[in-house]
Amino acid sequence: MGEGLTEAEIVVWKVAVGDVVTLNQALVDIETAKATVELPSPYAGEILTLHGEPGDIVEVGQPLVTVRVAGDSAPASEVPARTAVLVGYGVETEAGPARRQHRRSGAPAPLPLPTPPTSPPRHSPRSTPPIRLAAKQNGVSLDAMTGTGPNGLITRHDLEAFLAGPRLTTPAAIATPVTDLPFAGQQLASWHEGPREERIPVRGVTRSMVEAMVTSAFTAPHAAAWLRVDVTKMVELIAALRSRPALGSLRVTALTVAALAVCDAARHYPGLNSSFDEASNEIIVRRSVALGIAAATPRGLVVPSVKRADELDLISMARALTELIDVTREGRATVADLTGTTITITNVGPFGVDGAMPILPPGTTAIFAMGQIVKSPWVDGDQVVVRDVMELTLSFDHRVIDGALASRAVAHVGAFLHDPAPALLVG
Amino acid sequence: MLEEQLVQLLSPEGERVTHAQYPTTLNTDEIIALYRDMVIVRRLCNESTSLQRQGQLALWAPLQGQEAAQIGAGRALRTRDFSFPSYREHGVAWCRGISPAEILRLFRQVSHGGWDPQKYRHSVPTIVIGNQALNAVGYAMGVQRDGADEATMVFFGDGATSQGDVNEAFVWAAAFNAPVVFFVQNNQWAISEPTVRQSRIPLYRRAEGFGFPGIRVDGNDVLAVYEVASAALQLAREGGGPTLIEAYTYRMGAHTTSDDPTRYRFDADVEAWKHRDPIERVKAYLVRTQHITAAALTAINEEADVLAMELREAVLAMDGPDPLSIFDHVYADQHPLIDAGRQEMIDLGLGGVR
Repeated sequence: MGEGLTEAEIVVWKVAVGDVVTLNQALVDIETAKATVELPSPYAGEILTLHGEPGDIVEVGQPLVTVRVAGDSAPASEVPARTAVLVGYGVETEAGPARRQHRRSGAPAPLPLPTPPTSPPRHSPRSTPPIRLAAKQNGVSLDAMTGTGPNGLITRHDLEAFLAGPRLTTPAAIATPVTDLPFAGQQLASWHEGPREERIPVRGVTRSMVEAMVTSAFTAPHAAAWLRVDVTKMVELIAALRSRPALGSLRVTALTVAALAVCDAARHYPGLNSSFDEASNEIIVRRSVALGIAAATPRGLVVPSVKRADELDLISMARALTELIDVTREGRATVADLTGTTITITNVGPFGVDGAMPILPPGTTAIFAMGQIVKSPWVDGDQVVVRDVMELTLSFDHRVIDGALASRAVAHVGAFLHDPAPALLVG
Repeated sequence: MLEEQLVQLLSPEGERVTHAQYPTTLNTDEIIALYRDMVIVRRLCNESTSLQRQGQLALWAPLQGQEAAQIGAGRALRTRDFSFPSYREHGVAWCRGISPAEILRLFRQVSHGGWDPQKYRHSVPTIVIGNQALNAVGYAMGVQRDGADEATMVFFGDGATSQGDVNEAFVWAAAFNAPVVFFVQNNQWAISEPTVRQSRIPLYRRAEGFGFPGIRVDGNDVLAVYEVASAALQLAREGGGPTLIEAYTYRMGAHTTSDDPTRYRFDADVEAWKHRDPIERVKAYLVRTQHITAAALTAINEEADVLAMELREAVLAMDGPDPLSIFDHVYADQHPLIDAGRQEMIDLGLGGVR
């Protein structure tokens, strides 16, 4: 049935006691950790006994079926029934006549199976990979089942019995899909595992997010402008760049290009790269970009920034973003990394949404949101064509930036993303 | 597009196709003989799979779907040519005159090889992926130095083309213009890794970079494989140097009896390839052109069944080797550690009668 296997589970019998089978007729489907396979009969004859039910685990070497070989006229009781056995790695354990001789003449007895530890209890219930997969596919947890196989092993039969059973009356047994998306800086317990009501202290990154959003939302009057952009050329350019050996492991993505586009827009419209100082009633215009990238991390939302981003070319931008994102994801970002942002990009595309209207990080006046890039019908002249399209949104502080500047800025970044090659080459 | 690149002489529907460079040289009897070969090796393969499932073989590497590639190439070899297989070339072994039982000795684990390579001019199976390509080129270079009128053919799979050994073999073969034919059966799957993940270009085009011709043949068309392989072998015998033949085919079954292809590929792909079956298309051709009778088709199937039963009996009768033979052939000469190991086995009573 496969190399290195010690056991298999009976999936379904294809014959019944009393059936007359031919040589190589399919007897049974068995499932191992590697594969589901059909076992063909090694003998022609009558089925006398099936040594197991669907769901049973059969060890290699254990009898599976007894066949009275055709042509033997003596009554069954006098005929030594031949027994087919499951065989794992090699022919050493099979019970064919040629091999019996060797076993009798001094082959070492099989070692006893190690006794499973009784304590501490196993963290996950004992089962086989196919059953684990089947349980997962059915959205149920093995924790809720009782194993009837050897050493409490959960068999296919157990799973099927569980699935057929009255699950709705025991809600605790229903496994809820657990999301890997953190909430409030932690991994929430699943719907049934967690308490009815849970209070989560607001600390750390979550607290920073709360303060930043409240400060920004209730001091800066937010407005937004957006544009759908045909980014087909950019997609093609990125694909072409990725095959360049010089890039090595650097990730050139739509974000890399957008970062350069936003820096270029800031150079053309420095008003985007400013902040409003309420205390002195002044607008501070900065002629150096600290480009913030909104990042969802296991601990919460943070906005690390690439300093002096306006001085970077494509390669150095790709490198800077790769490093910044890696450092942030690993929780190694420094205070300097996480402060000083002058203008921000949030890339919501990977989450599968078309667009978003983000809230500004406090102390900034412009944040661009990139939606997902999707193949869409696009009117080119009088033709409807399929293009890669992305929605670009600019949220801005309307105290500082008016609609005209915002629109020009969105159009500028949009034009850069639509055809990045000339802008990348000559700025 | 695929069809345009392939050399094909018999369509999947069994219609004859003409090809400017490769006219068919086979007469009806020869085509029927190829059909018989394919039916027999498929039947023997099915029996071998059953024997493995019944615990009589440790492992089996089925060839289903690749019968035309193996029989076409195997029958193109001349008696004096030398061939180097991987572990799936049961069809080639059959063509070389090796008995089915001898083929199974390795899979029964009673032998490290199974036959005398010199007797059949066919090396024992190489399990290490692609290693035989270097062996074959070295052998071909020897043939070249002997000035013999022989060709060497080496068989490997698409996965092996990602191996260093195969690429080194290409370099050596090109550098020395060795009389070798590289025969890659592109069955689309290196266990669970599809060919498209391993090569950006069709495999046959790799040859151009090494400086020798490459050609892609419909690996499910036994007539085309035979002609393409014959021409490449003749080129090698005449001093024309190496050729890479890519037989474009599909592994219909598992990689070996130890894996489950339904876990990594789609049934729809397999279904599509069923319509390209190598045996059915020859049968369709022979029946439509009334070159074969129903009785003759039945006789071939019955012959295959008889061979399968003979194979089963032979396998069941195979006894294991003397345990002490494990120490043989480790070193050409005596070695004190090997001698000590052998003696230890004897002292423990684990040896046979020696």
